Amino acid sequence: MQTLNARTPLLATKPLLEMRGISQRYQTGAGEPGPAVLENISLDLRENEIVGLLGRSGCGKSSLLRIAAGLISPSAGEVHYLGKPVLGPADGIAMVFQSFALFPWLTVLGNVELGLRAKQVPKEEARRRALKAIDLIGLDGYESAFPKELSGGMRQRVGFARALVVQPNLLLMDEPFSALDVLTAETLRTDLLDLWVEGRMPIKSILMVTHNIEEAVLMCDRIVVLAGSPAKIGAEISITLRHPRNRLDREFQQLVDKIYALMTKRPEPAAAGREIAVAGLGMPLPRVSTNTIAGMIEEIAAEPYAGRADLPALAESLQMEVDELFPVAETLQLLRFADLEEGDIKLTPAGMRFAEADVDVRKRLFGEHLMAYLPLAARIKRVLDERPSHTARAVRFLEELEDYMSEDYAERTLKSVVNWGRYGELFAYDETSETFSLENPQ
Amino acid sequence: MLSRFVAFTSLGRTALPNLYDLFAFALIFAIFALIAHASHGVTLPLAAPEATSVSLDYGALPYYALRTALRMFAAIAASLLFTFVYATLAAKSRRAALLLVPLLDVLQSVPILGFLSFTVTFFLGLFPGSTLGAECAAIFAIFTSQAWNMAFSFYQSLRSVPRDLTEAARSLGLSSWQKFWQLETPFAMPGLIWNMMMSMSGGWFFVVASEAITVGDTSIKLPGIGSYLALAIEEKRVDAVLAAILTMLVVIVIYDQLLFRPLVAFSARFRVELSAGEVQEKSFAGQLFARTRWLRAALRPIGQLLHAVSLRRMELPIRSSGRKPASLALSRTVDALWLAVIGAGAAWAVLQIASYMRQELSMADFWQSVLYTLITMARVAVLMTFATLVWVPAGIWIGLRPRLAEKVQPFAQFLAAFPANVIFPVAVAVILRFSLNPDIWLSFLIVFGTQWYILFNVIAGASAFPNDLKEAAAAFRISGLDWWVNVILPGIFPYYVTGALTASGGSWNAAIVAEYVKWGSDTVSAHGIGAYISQATEAGDYPRIVLGVAVMSAFVIIFNRVLWRPLYELAETRLRLD
Repeated sequence: MQTLNARTPLLATKPLLEMRGISQRYQTGAGEPGPAVLENISLDLRENEIVGLLGRSGCGKSSLLRIAAGLISPSAGEVHYLGKPVLGPADGIAMVFQSFALFPWLTVLGNVELGLRAKQVPKEEARRRALKAIDLIGLDGYESAFPKELSGGMRQRVGFARALVVQPNLLLMDEPFSALDVLTAETLRTDLLDLWVEGRMPIKSILMVTHNIEEAVLMCDRIVVLAGSPAKIGAEISITLRHPRNRLDREFQQLVDKIYALMTKRPEPAAAGREIAVAGLGMPLPRVSTNTIAGMIEEIAAEPYAGRADLPALAESLQMEVDELFPVAETLQLLRFADLEEGDIKLTPAGMRFAEADVDVRKRLFGEHLMAYLPLAARIKRVLDERPSHTARAVRFLEELEDYMSEDYAERTLKSVVNWGRYGELFAYDETSETFSLENPQ
Repeated sequence: MLSRFVAFTSLGRTALPNLYDLFAFALIFAIFALIAHASHGVTLPLAAPEATSVSLDYGALPYYALRTALRMFAAIAASLLFTFVYATLAAKSRRAALLLVPLLDVLQSVPILGFLSFTVTFFLGLFPGSTLGAECAAIFAIFTSQAWNMAFSFYQSLRSVPRDLTEAARSLGLSSWQKFWQLETPFAMPGLIWNMMMSMSGGWFFVVASEAITVGDTSIKLPGIGSYLALAIEEKRVDAVLAAILTMLVVIVIYDQLLFRPLVAFSARFRVELSAGEVQEKSFAGQLFARTRWLRAALRPIGQLLHAVSLRRMELPIRSSGRKPASLALSRTVDALWLAVIGAGAAWAVLQIASYMRQELSMADFWQSVLYTLITMARVAVLMTFATLVWVPAGIWIGLRPRLAEKVQPFAQFLAAFPANVIFPVAVAVILRFSLNPDIWLSFLIVFGTQWYILFNVIAGASAFPNDLKEAAAAFRISGLDWWVNVILPGIFPYYVTGALTASGGSWNAAIVAEYVKWGSDTVSAHGIGAYISQATEAGDYPRIVLGVAVMSAFVIIFNRVLWRPLYELAETRLRLD
């Protein structure tokens, strides 16, 4: 790691960025602070390190990154950059976005220059520096192209050039490679790592959000795993492997397995009985199609897994990313078709039965499990049963859900229940009138 | 493609609160009642100045065309200014939006031509004895036909800037001023330009209608094609009417080629979709400009100056970035106060209207105007149905034949821009000649100019109908009625609604002109609220104008809420193909 010393230390003793006791709450539908997403998170970023934020989708890691960037302010806690409080986007912190977030009406050069021109850097100097950044990131020759003419990889390079041109000390990256195909992502990662290792970028530290465990192990010096709901720091792992790292290394593989295990660790059991019931109704549900659920159960039941699969291996064989895999696995766990432990997923007897059954039996089994283990589905069914008309407006349940979660999550949760309930033939739902009912259309 | 740009009240659970609409409605009409009341004493006969005399000489037509076009551009400039101020205020301040958005929603539905009499008297009073007043009144009339949908489009764009772009702008440290010009305005550009073009298309109708107007004893003719036409009608000169129609045709062709097409092609650059997939709009004038050297060189400094201004930081010293949001309770209290102020204003406005009306009118007048509005509504409904039955099949037939569609589409757009009221005297001459029943035959004039919106939107819809769905329908041998009901009609429905919405709004406006038409000293008039307003205008009977326009506006709003908005929601949620 000798090469890293090329970067001159700013403040040898103080961290670059300090986050202290950060908490963040949802806004409920009524605009009031709802349940917490992040709770009491403290995190330091020192010079010469790449720190990865890992966690399941929706756990608040992107929120945490935006709090670090000064884009949103936390409900509680403080962020300090070089000892000064961060109250808005600060000079010296730049950001790279998952969706690139380029301005489509500006050329590559225009996009890269904008940050400098906004800060009133004289035109000639801005041009010179922008060209240098474009050169550094390998965009030479594309200066006058518009973003829509570029491939995804090239667009993200513009995103990097735009961030680097303002000569930030700290680079924040929000899943910067997840919108790219596998090969492009790998090229971009390697290029970025080369620049970093050789010290050719002005950056002193990188904080990146990712859902890709291998990516984190490949790039980061330290990985912070967010876990639980609300999310806390579940674990911190430092990685001392030398760059360039080899994915086939035993040590590399062990690290990946270890992090998988950490991320599938069972949450501590909740305290009181009533607590569970309420939390159950207010649990945000992922959008997982019943086909995916059935397909996953079949895959695990079949050889070579025969009912118990190692998650990294499963992800590999299904060519799924972690953030696609986890929601499915969690749903299986929620409906008691499978258990998650130590980075493994194991089908329950019900799950095995599901795998062997035909369509009608599967649907009945699925419906029974919904009623037994998904309080929201049971609640909808009970309301429909109790009412003489056997119908109920969706808004009624949506408003209930919004007491526990943001509007977006409430809508997504209800959509999932509608889908699963339809598959389990618990109830029918009419999209136009947004009404649940018991009858199926004739 | 088109439906994306339609300025329409936001949908779904976040739709506008209807109570505010009522307030807005009351406020607008209170203001007009007041203006009418105040201008009673101001309407002194205006000695016709030389500057406003119009001759039927053909040679004067180019000059008149120029004056008409200039009025149009003055109005569009005013509309743009209004859009940037009003929509920005509404988008940036939550409390301002509580008042401004419903106000805009109502203004969009009000038949503008009915107000002509107020605005003319108001502006004449503002500049007594000068033609400037009359010019302002004409420009204002055009402005009112253009500004609302532009402002609405801009407002909606400002509210829907993608979050990642906003965050990128903030993290790059753009100030509010820079963000407005570098992000928000470019993002709003395609919608704004499209609405501006639609506004201008509609605007020709109002130019023609507002150049020559008689309010009570005041008669004004501003040099322009509209006045030329009015004079030709007075003198029953068929040749002059035809000359006016021809001039209008030429003006619109020039406008279409030199402005509409280049601008639409230009706006494609600001689309946010990051793919080069869509068909490129081509423009002859745009390509011409792109190839010029001197002209571009001459314009470059202007562009650079604007660019430099847009990159100033323009920060207010007080607004530091680290402002903590005020406490919830305080904010709620201020909200309540603000709503109370709006509510009080609306209540006061309702009282004003009521007391003004009670002085001059009886309940019988009210019921009469309701009856007339019902007649006009029936007319609009029947004719919209009629136009639908004719143009939907025709549009589908054309749209499914790409080469034909390519030829017909510009023509239909052109017809939509052509001011139908220029043709009216010809129709009247025919009605008089054959002693036809005006209640039936005048009705056709209502949709004469607006039916083309249905046609060109349906063509666009049928052209955009996905090929795989066409092939699927063919593979399953879906034909006859099944094909219409289950394949093509749902496929073009969103486009149809867009076109019909525009056509319906235009038809209500056209009714004011179309139900009461003159040819020399002969007047042909149908029963309806349009004729009622026109007659009241000619007689300078302000209370009845206010009553007529208010009742008509109320019906238009109900019509829009009960019919168009649900259809639009259906199109947006169920029948989108993308």
